[in-house]
Amino acid sequence: MSEMLHAKKVAKGFTLHTQGSVTIPVFEGVEFRLNAGECIALTGESGSGKSTFMRMLYANYTCSSGSISVLHDGDWLDITTASPHAILDMRKRTMGYVSQFLRVIPRVPTLEIVAEPLIALGTARETAMEKARDLLTRLRIPERLWQLSPLTFSGGEQQRVNIARGFIADYPIMLLDEPTASLDTQNRATVLALIEEAKARGAAIAGIFHDHETRDAVCTGSFDVTSFKVGAND
Amino acid sequence: MEQTVNNPAQASSAYNFAYLDEQTKRMIRRALLKAVAIPGYQVPFAGREMPMPYGWGTGGVQVTAAVIGPDDTLKVIDQGADDTTNAVSIRQFFAKTANVATTEKTAKASIIQTRHRIPEKELREDQILVYQVPIPEPLRFLEPRETETRKMHALEEYGLMHVKLYEDISRHGHIATTYAYPVMVNDRYVMDPSPTPKFDNPKMDMMAALQLFGAGREKRIYALPPYTKVKSLDFEDHPFEVQSWKDECGMCGATDSYLDEVILDDKGNRMFVCSDTDYCSERQDAGHRGPQHHDQPLGTSHSNGKAAE
Amino acid sequence: MTRSNEPLLRVSDLTMMYGDRVGCRNVSFELRPGEVLGIVGESGSGKSTLLRSISAQQEPTKGTVEYHTRIDGIRDVYQMSEAQRRLLMRTDWAFVHQNARDGLRMNVSAGANIGERLMAVGDRHYGNIRNAAENWLGKVEIATERLDDLPSTFSGGMQQRLQIARNLVTSPRLVFMDEPTGGLDVSVQARLLDLLRGLVHDLNLAVIIVTHDLAVARLLSHRLMVMQRGEVIESGLTDQVLDDPQHAYTQLLVSSILQN
Repeated sequence: MSEMLHAKKVAKGFTLHTQGSVTIPVFEGVEFRLNAGECIALTGESGSGKSTFMRMLYANYTCSSGSISVLHDGDWLDITTASPHAILDMRKRTMGYVSQFLRVIPRVPTLEIVAEPLIALGTARETAMEKARDLLTRLRIPERLWQLSPLTFSGGEQQRVNIARGFIADYPIMLLDEPTASLDTQNRATVLALIEEAKARGAAIAGIFHDHETRDAVCTGSFDVTSFKVGAND
Repeated sequence: MEQTVNNPAQASSAYNFAYLDEQTKRMIRRALLKAVAIPGYQVPFAGREMPMPYGWGTGGVQVTAAVIGPDDTLKVIDQGADDTTNAVSIRQFFAKTANVATTEKTAKASIIQTRHRIPEKELREDQILVYQVPIPEPLRFLEPRETETRKMHALEEYGLMHVKLYEDISRHGHIATTYAYPVMVNDRYVMDPSPTPKFDNPKMDMMAALQLFGAGREKRIYALPPYTKVKSLDFEDHPFEVQSWKDECGMCGATDSYLDEVILDDKGNRMFVCSDTDYCSERQDAGHRGPQHHDQPLGTSHSNGKAAE
Repeated sequence: MTRSNEPLLRVSDLTMMYGDRVGCRNVSFELRPGEVLGIVGESGSGKSTLLRSISAQQEPTKGTVEYHTRIDGIRDVYQMSEAQRRLLMRTDWAFVHQNARDGLRMNVSAGANIGERLMAVGDRHYGNIRNAAENWLGKVEIATERLDDLPSTFSGGMQQRLQIARNLVTSPRLVFMDEPTGGLDVSVQARLLDLLRGLVHDLNLAVIIVTHDLAVARLLSHRLMVMQRGEVIESGLTDQVLDDPQHAYTQLLVSSILQN
């Protein structure tokens, strides 16, 4: 299986300048690998830094040292040193990210929000809209809501809009931060199906899953971030 | 009517010829030369206090004073008429201070100072037309900053002029500016032709006579040398047009001249007469008659009314 | 939309001194077509000084501003003739002022405001100009019946949108915005942000936006520069700077303003 992403000797700490410049070390010596077609669960108890690590993989958080390389356009891109342009391009074409929170501009219709990543990739608008409609239908968002801003939706609905947006483009790498957290059984099944489809087309997936059932259903392996916590091996 | 009047012996020796001192006249002539060299460009000059208030033609008077010689024959018109207060006093001013001949006949004049009109009769190469100008800056309507308007002239940034015309059309359905209608001079400078009716704009184009413009309060001089291209600004789909009248001149029957509307009584009766009094009376002398003529030679005092601006 | 790798704007070592006082110091960055750069910092941090110097409105004490012009390739904007520079500023560049009154002609109609730039570059067909104005009024979500109304009869949000239309009618590639949402109601702000983002995307505009509102910066900009006392103290991807700020001042800024 081909390698899509690897982290080498990654360390991360936060320096809180506003609080007497106290430094909070989080990780050190992280070695992580993600291959095409696999789905790795990031594990560790609450507060262990799973989300922090995932954000580092997305270059939302910086690394204190080490490197994270992503196979982007056939070349390895070290996102800890890459230019903002390169990272934005990587996010646009290579790496999808389903976060727990929906952050959108007020007033933009749900359908537009879902279709946007595909349109940004150059897909014809109508094709993108069609796929957005399919996904929203599969995720049971009632059609009457499609022209409304998701900011007025319930938490579960917002989460599903987020998932639709994350899955609309066939990203080679996908990061999923608790994609099924607030979903009912039916919708959880749909999300699991989407993940399986992504795996089947060869996507490399790293996810944080709050329940064993989901994890066991889709994951091909797991990665315990706790073992790289600073002081964990003392 | 006497056609040429010499005012003998009235030139007071208390004044220099044509009132202004020679140094001042030289200064104005230098400004005039520069203005002629750069058609349409506003040349600043050190305008003097004149023995008349601003708005009465102090700019035109200074220009006239700088170019007039003892052999010249001066005609002065205000709104086309020779006999209005302003025209009469300026004519008398030069008769007194320069002892020059004056006339009401366009053809006889070598210098014509004017406010708000260009004579109907075509001018010749040996004539000079001096305009009195209140506000020389055509861009002032939209740009109050002098530093900025100068820069706009320097860099030929004239889009703003069309903004004004655009506003006209959007409000009135046509370009409603009827006087002080902006022109492009020699394909370079946008110029305010002074508050003449746009009817007169085509006369400025390739005119044989030298045209000089003086703004007393604003202290600016500009000029159009003989045979200068003068184009009225417009839009492709709203081309420049001059006013036209359904009526003819009530006195001389002219259909090709600029007409003033005259209210005759309180019952709404009115008539139209040529604003150019000399043109009108010459036509009447030649036997032309308008509908309201009654074969009575009419005085020329009917033209005090404002033009249809 | 493809983003060219060729920079549209290159600012090198830009310094603006007012006597001994620092306006901004040693600022360097590049901007590509379609890229939105946010400049954040508190009042007096040098954001607006920097914007003025970059946008050819105030010659810097030191440093260069180079722009990739459509015709002549890369040019130092302060080495251009004034005529060239002013032409650039009213065709390929646009300025959206915080106070719409600074960017509009209040004594002519909305249509004339939008049409001015077209007329400035030689458009002389009234019907075409009017159609373009009407079209743009629609794009910025102002009822086309308002075409002949004076901007003074518009609400603040409408004036701001009119200012945007007036600027974008010549299809500029680089837009400078100084606190474009400042002074507007929150609901009006949201609408304007949505509109701006759509236009930026659809027209592939490069934008430099000065704002003290981090939420605005997050929604509009790809990259951020954080300024303090005239210097850029942190820069990078917008979400990286806001979510994982490294510099003490940025942390303070983020922790004091961003509460959702």
